[in-house]
Amino acid sequence: MLTGEKDCIIEDGEVYELVYEKPLTTLTGTRMHYCPGCGHSTAHKVLAEVIEELGIQEQTIGVAPVGCSVFAYDYLNIDMQEAAHGRATAVATGIKRVLPDKYVFTYQGDGDLAAIGTAETIHSINRGENIMIIFINNAVYGMTSGQMAPTTLVGMKSTTSPYGRDADFAGMPIKVSELIAPLKGAFYVTRHSVHTPGNVRKLKKAITNGFKYQQLKKGVTFIEVISNCPSNWKMTPVKSNEFIEKEMLPYYPLGDIKLPSKEDLAGLK
Amino acid sequence: MEELDIRLMKGNEAMAEAAIQAKCDAYFGYPITPQSEVLEYLSREMPGRYGIPLQAESEVASINMVYGAAGAGKRVMTSSSSPGFSLMMEGISYIASAQLPCLLVNVNRGGPGLGTIQPSQGDYFQATKGGGHGDYHLIVLAPNSVQEMADFVFLGFELADKYRNPVCMLSDGAIGQMMERVVFKKREVPAIKKDWATTGKTKDRERNIITSLFIQPEKMEQVNLSLNKKYEEISKNEVRYEEIFTDDAEYLIVAYGLSSRISHKTVILAREKGIKLGLLRPITLYPYPYKRLNELANKLKGILTLELNAGQMIEDVKLSVEGKVPVWHYGRMGGIIPSPEEVLENFEKLAKIK
Repeated sequence: MLTGEKDCIIEDGEVYELVYEKPLTTLTGTRMHYCPGCGHSTAHKVLAEVIEELGIQEQTIGVAPVGCSVFAYDYLNIDMQEAAHGRATAVATGIKRVLPDKYVFTYQGDGDLAAIGTAETIHSINRGENIMIIFINNAVYGMTSGQMAPTTLVGMKSTTSPYGRDADFAGMPIKVSELIAPLKGAFYVTRHSVHTPGNVRKLKKAITNGFKYQQLKKGVTFIEVISNCPSNWKMTPVKSNEFIEKEMLPYYPLGDIKLPSKEDLAGLK
Repeated sequence: MEELDIRLMKGNEAMAEAAIQAKCDAYFGYPITPQSEVLEYLSREMPGRYGIPLQAESEVASINMVYGAAGAGKRVMTSSSSPGFSLMMEGISYIASAQLPCLLVNVNRGGPGLGTIQPSQGDYFQATKGGGHGDYHLIVLAPNSVQEMADFVFLGFELADKYRNPVCMLSDGAIGQMMERVVFKKREVPAIKKDWATTGKTKDRERNIITSLFIQPEKMEQVNLSLNKKYEEISKNEVRYEEIFTDDAEYLIVAYGLSSRISHKTVILAREKGIKLGLLRPITLYPYPYKRLNELANKLKGILTLELNAGQMIEDVKLSVEGKVPVWHYGRMGGIIPSPEEVLENFEKLAKIK
């Protein structure tokens, strides 16, 4: 991303054209703790880029979950609150209700949002809280090192489904986006991924929309991100991206699940 | 002269009215007997006057909404009754650790379990000794009248802001439900500067983080130490109690909340019989009036604690008096409220006066 201020760098006497740079104001620069190849780093970076490009750092408050992204506030240079496990959307509700003109988002994993926090997820969306929910779905509990998540695929192995998820025993993986989309309080529901550069660009557009639509105060913007977990999937990063393509996406197809109508978007700056 | 605003109200309603007058920015709650009037009153009265009333999907959600809104720098509260308050314990522990000022009201009913909707003081341990996980304390206020249910809302918010600490008002089903005269004084609510709150990171400051996560042991211990330092400060400054007929007392009842109302009458009945009985009513249950009770114990023959539980506060009374005098407990449970005569009779038996 070109900042406009400097478009070339000089290293060892050579002049290079600057073609890419991390967001400078909205990332703290702290080295991320995520495993090599993990989608969280990409999702964080995209989020930080959007906040920087929209120029809303001063108006944005984020809520971090319990899970691998529990330390999100170490990396994002914005005001943030760390919520109890599953309660991020309740915390975000509290923030947004008293600061209605700020941009408020939660960043949550599948265990946080779709298991322990299901009630808060459903009800905050049903109330049409004007927040953005970023839902990182990597089909596993990452932080506690690889247990079965509500979104773990049928047959997929984890430390608590060592023989593969048995749908008769553990139920089917939940498709949260499809589940919540019919609620009137869900304004924009979309599913993206971070496994290819093209998909990352689409995700960035979705997060931009997710923030912008908050101005309309018409409900939740819900962005599911299919992500990988090389460490707990016991795969190389490359293999894990192939797994997304071959196994995750057929069950969790990418694309918009609920789009606002043109009338809905009237008045958007 | 200013005209007095005198009303006849339930304790729960008086508390709710006080919340609006104390400029409570948001109330988050879930219905539960015997305190549903609070959410009802605020849902009716807040719109158009002051504050946002929001009915949450559970007490778990309400306490986390309180966390978010308090972290955003606003004056917020919730209320519930025993089973609902138990559901909030995780959130309260987080709030205590993140040092978020807020007011949490428990209108105590009988337990354990689903229990009964009748008044009880069975949640003393939960309110004063932690309740949730980890080393923390709430400032605990125990009203014994409808007037105090209103007054302690103002006091509670003031203390919460002063110490950046959650304040618990521990009431009970009788004080919450009964109707009494209550006077609302005109009060100025000072604006509190909360430069730690998450209101959006401006260029002139570092980002603000509200968290209770301190994963490095060294950091966690420092947080524990600094919390403890604050609790010591609170213990030094904020002990509140009321004494009745303690000057010449040979015996003392220690009781709070509803029990202190019963005990007051018991003391009068005892005095009529020539028994020199006094009453100490702790107003703050945390911090507890250990020092004053220890002083009083020097000239007493015995102390009775009256509690609507199996004997919880008696442990703090025993800690206070350091074995100087015998300490007896009398209590009823299950929502049964003893009469002053019943308390006197049992006191006489325990003190072997009869």
